[in-house]
Parts: sequence; structure tokens; C-alpha cells
Amino acid sequence: MTDLMEFVVSRFNYWIYVVLMMIGLYAMISKRNYVKKLIGMTIFQTSIILFYVSIGVKSNATIPIVDHHDVVHSEILVDHYANPLPHVLMLTAIVVGVATLGVGLAVIEKIYRQHGTIEEPELLADVDQT
Amino acid sequence: MNDQLAFFTVGIPLFGAIFASLAGLWRAHWCQRIAQTAIVGTAIVTVGLFLQVNEVGAVHYQLGGWPAPIGIQFHVDPLNALVLIVITVFAGLALWAAPTALQDELPGQERFVYPLMLLLVTGLLGMTVTGDAFNLYVMLEITSLSSYALVAIGKGRAAVSCFTYIVMGTIGASFYLLGVGYLYLKTGSLNMLDIKRVMLEGHLIQSQTSITGFILITVGLWIKMGLFPLHGWLPNAYAFAPHAVTNLIAPLMTKVSVYVAVRYMLMVFTPDFMLAHENWSDIGQIIACVAIGAGSLIAYSQTDLKKLLCYLLVAEVGYMVGGMWLVNPVAFKGVIYHIVSDAAMTSCLFLGAASVIQATGHRHVHALRHAAKTMPWTFAAFVLGFLSMIGVPPTCGFFSKWFLISGAVAEGAWWYVAALLFSSLMNALIFFRLVEMALFSDVAHPADEVMDMGKNGEAAIGLRLPLWVSSLFVLGIGLAAQPFGGWIERIVRQVGGWP
Repeated sequence: MTDLMEFVVSRFNYWIYVVLMMIGLYAMISKRNYVKKLIGMTIFQTSIILFYVSIGVKSNATIPIVDHHDVVHSEILVDHYANPLPHVLMLTAIVVGVATLGVGLAVIEKIYRQHGTIEEPELLADVDQT
Repeated sequence: MNDQLAFFTVGIPLFGAIFASLAGLWRAHWCQRIAQTAIVGTAIVTVGLFLQVNEVGAVHYQLGGWPAPIGIQFHVDPLNALVLIVITVFAGLALWAAPTALQDELPGQERFVYPLMLLLVTGLLGMTVTGDAFNLYVMLEITSLSSYALVAIGKGRAAVSCFTYIVMGTIGASFYLLGVGYLYLKTGSLNMLDIKRVMLEGHLIQSQTSITGFILITVGLWIKMGLFPLHGWLPNAYAFAPHAVTNLIAPLMTKVSVYVAVRYMLMVFTPDFMLAHENWSDIGQIIACVAIGAGSLIAYSQTDLKKLLCYLLVAEVGYMVGGMWLVNPVAFKGVIYHIVSDAAMTSCLFLGAASVIQATGHRHVHALRHAAKTMPWTFAAFVLGFLSMIGVPPTCGFFSKWFLISGAVAEGAWWYVAALLFSSLMNALIFFRLVEMALFSDVAHPADEVMDMGKNGEAAIGLRLPLWVSSLFVLGIGLAAQPFGGWIERIVRQVGGWP
């Protein structure tokens, strides 16, 4: 039992991202409202951002900004700084996420103007009629 | 100048898109000129790059001058130089046909469509040319975002179909991103060649993390290429998009995703990685067989001309995935040859469908009634594309099936052979149904009265010319199959490390 607890706790960042991801996936599949589906999509993307950010963490490390003063007086130890690369990658991923959300919302607006609803069952009935 | 060619493949369409959207604010018709010029320029660059790569071997271009594992690298070997040419040629045909198709369907919207089309081409070229796993994700999203916008611009069911496409496409891209994260976690690198080096040196073939990364990347790409049963978004999104857009995305997007999967198998994970895991090859083939069978069967039941072609496309994706999972050089030769020939024949078929729909004003398969009489030239090119889909020599479809089947026989994968033959048979059935409508039209049919058939002429010349050129490609690639196939096999053996 303690082994299992240790297994779970030592990898808690992965558990959180998986749980968030599944919440997002559930919302995308089962919600009828298109805006709610988009919210699920955003949660899904954010969980991956969380995963990336968490793998850059080191214990007792600080933000990866090197002080000029330190450089002169002591050498730079990699262990003292968090890994900045995953964070930088996620800047791009956030931009992509925002762009996707924007396109998604624009499409929903177009759907609403065309069909007067964004609830999936009513929408599909309306589509089949026309 | 010569060592900058790799950058220009992405740079020209990217800046072309910016200029086209700016020019569109001022003079709408300049958009089209800029877009077509940019594509022609890119085509010249890719051909130059292809010749260069064939002469001196793989070219590496460091973006911003940062050396490889740290900076982003463009990696061009003969294989992706070939795919680059395919992309620019068939994107060029789509842009050639675009003015006529748009004039009919979306008058006044040209200045939105052309910049997006160029951005889409930028993304496709970037996905092919890049040697950086994360950069590939960014290019994938550039491609996807512009295709979402292009699909949604259509009328009728396009917007609703596009929403499904956005949700599914995002799931696929996110899975890919997650897979790259796992690879980074294990190897500490994002450069494809560097990942391969670390995996080989560290003996990471059996590592759980790299296996998870591989599976996530593969499933993400499967969603993106529309492999059955993850194809749900594809038929509606492609069928209800404007014709000008379908002509561009249908031949290219699935093919480039397939190429990316091939690249990961050959360059990043190496064939040894595939073969080190029991059953993987079998599972891949079973999924592919199901995809081929289901795609062909559903296509048979369709009554919408463009949707029918989309389901044929779903079956074709099954061909290529099955070929990949045979993991032998002959089958990979078939896959690469099929990427080229499938781009040609889908381009031909969708241009043909667009011409027929434009000439008759109907998208039901009955639009083909009387076609042999009223539009013989359009119909002849369409028939040529379809013969290639069935696999009738000397069209390119025959040779790609031949290469794939010889690869499968070498591995003893009889189910895959059976699935390919079954699909040929189904395609032939669909073909005869369409031909019967077009040829034997003196038998009266209720559709004639309702749809006012038999009074239209040929499609507009702006659509017919690209259609004929693409049908010539279907023939030409088929006639050059022996030397071309031999060349591909040599390159594949070189890239995959086979003797």
C-alpha cells in the first residue's frame, strides 16, 4: 500500500495532467453545447502545457535568469536553474491554443448565424432539414 | 544563394501570404496573381533543391545560424525533396483552378482565400522540410488552422463539419505534442537526428517512455491523416468545403501526414524499433485492413459525388499505413510511390468532380448522367483518374498497388493483399456504376427531369486545363514507374539503413 502511495505521490504532476486531460476529452465527447466542447478542448490543451512545464522543474532551483554579478564571482551550476526550454516551447503552444480557440469561436458564431442554435441535437436536425 | 534554398521553400509562400493579404486590402485581383507567382517560385526552388540534394546528399540548413541540437534545423534528403515537389506541383494545379472555382462559389471572397491557401502550403512544406520535432508541431498547426478557416468559409454544412474538424484536429495535434514531450523527457533533444542518435547510443528501444512517445505520435498522426476509425471529421470537412479548397487540401494534407509518419518510422525510431516489438506490425496491418475495407464499402453507399471520393481517400490512407507497418524496403517504396501517385489521382478526381459540379450545378452522383455526351473531355480525364484508383495499367495506381503487394507478399501479409484486392474490386464496382450513368443515358431516369440533366456543356476552361494536366501526371507517373520506383527504393534503403 505504501508502495502504491509512493508511486502515485512521486509522480503527482503526471496524474494531474492525465486527470485534466480526461476531463477535457470527456467534455469534448459528451457535451452537447458547442461552446462547452470548446471549453473542454481548452482544458485538454492546457493539461499538456502543464505537463511540459512540470518536466522543467528541478528541486531547489530558481528561475533561469543569470545574474551578471554571479557570473563574475562563481561558476554557473545547471542544477541551480529550472530548465527553461519546456517553458519556452509552451509559449508557442499557448499562442497556438489561443489561435485555435479564436477560430473555433468564430466558427461557432457562423454556425449560430446560419442555424440559430449551437446545441448539437437541434443543430443536426436543422442541418438534415436543409 | 544555393545553400539558402531550403529556407526559400518555406519563405516564399509565407511572405507571399503576407503580401497577398496586404494587396487584397487594396486591389482584390492582385491576391490571385501574387499567390500564383509565389507557388511557381516555390516550385522552381523545390526542383532546384531536389537536383542539389540528389547531387551532394542531404542538406542541413540552420535557421538563424544556431547549430543543430540547439537551433531549429531544416533537413532535406532526396525523399522529402520529392515530397516538396509533389506539394508545390499539386498546390499549383489547385491554385490554377481556383479562380474559376471561386468565381462560381465565393465571388468577392478571393482576398481571404488566397492568403490562407498560401499559408496552408507554407505549413505543408514546413512539415516536410523541418528536422525539428517541435517545429513540426508548429507547422502542423499552421496547416490545420488555415485549413479550418478555408473549410469554414464554405456554404451550407461547411461550418458544422468544420467544427468537428477543429475538435478532432486539435486532439490529434495535442497527442502529437504530448508524444514529442515524452521523447524530450527521455532524450533531452528535439532535433530528429539527435533524438535518433541518443536513442541508439542509450539503447532506448525498450524504454517505456520512448514507446509511449511513439504511440502518442502515431495516434496523433493517424487522426491527422484520417485513418479509419479516426476519420470521422474527414469526409464532411472535405466534401462541404468550397471546391477550390478541396482541390488543395484533399490531395495534399493526408499525404503529408503520411510522409511525416514515414519520416518518424525511418529517421527517428528506425525500422529496428518497429521490429523489436512483437505484434506491433500485425496490429498496424489489421487497423489498415479494416480502414481499407470500411473506406471502400462506405464509398460504395455514397450518393454525394465529393463525399464518395472522400471515402475512397479514407481507403487510400489505409493502403499507405498498411504498407508502412510491413516494415520492409519494398513496401516503403510502395508507400512513397503511393504518396506521389495518390496525390496525382486524388487531384485529378477532385478537379474532375469540381468540373462536373460546376458544369451541372449538382453534387449528386446523378450529375454524371449524360456526361460522356455533354462533356466528353472532362469525363475522359475523370475516367483516367478513376482507372488509376482501381489500379488499371499503365496508370500510376496500378504500380503503387503492385509495389505494395510485392512488399506484402515478401512478408507473408496475406490479409493486407486481400484487403488491397477487395478495395480494387469495390472501386471497380463504383466506377461501373458511374460509367453506366454517363454512357447509357438514353434509358430514361427520373433524375433527368428533376435535375434538368443533359443540357449543360463542358466545364469552364479554367477548370478543365488543370484537370487535364493532373490526368497527364496520372499517366506520366505510371509510365515512369520502373525507373522512378527503382530510384525510390535506393533512397529508402539509404534512409532506413537497409542493405
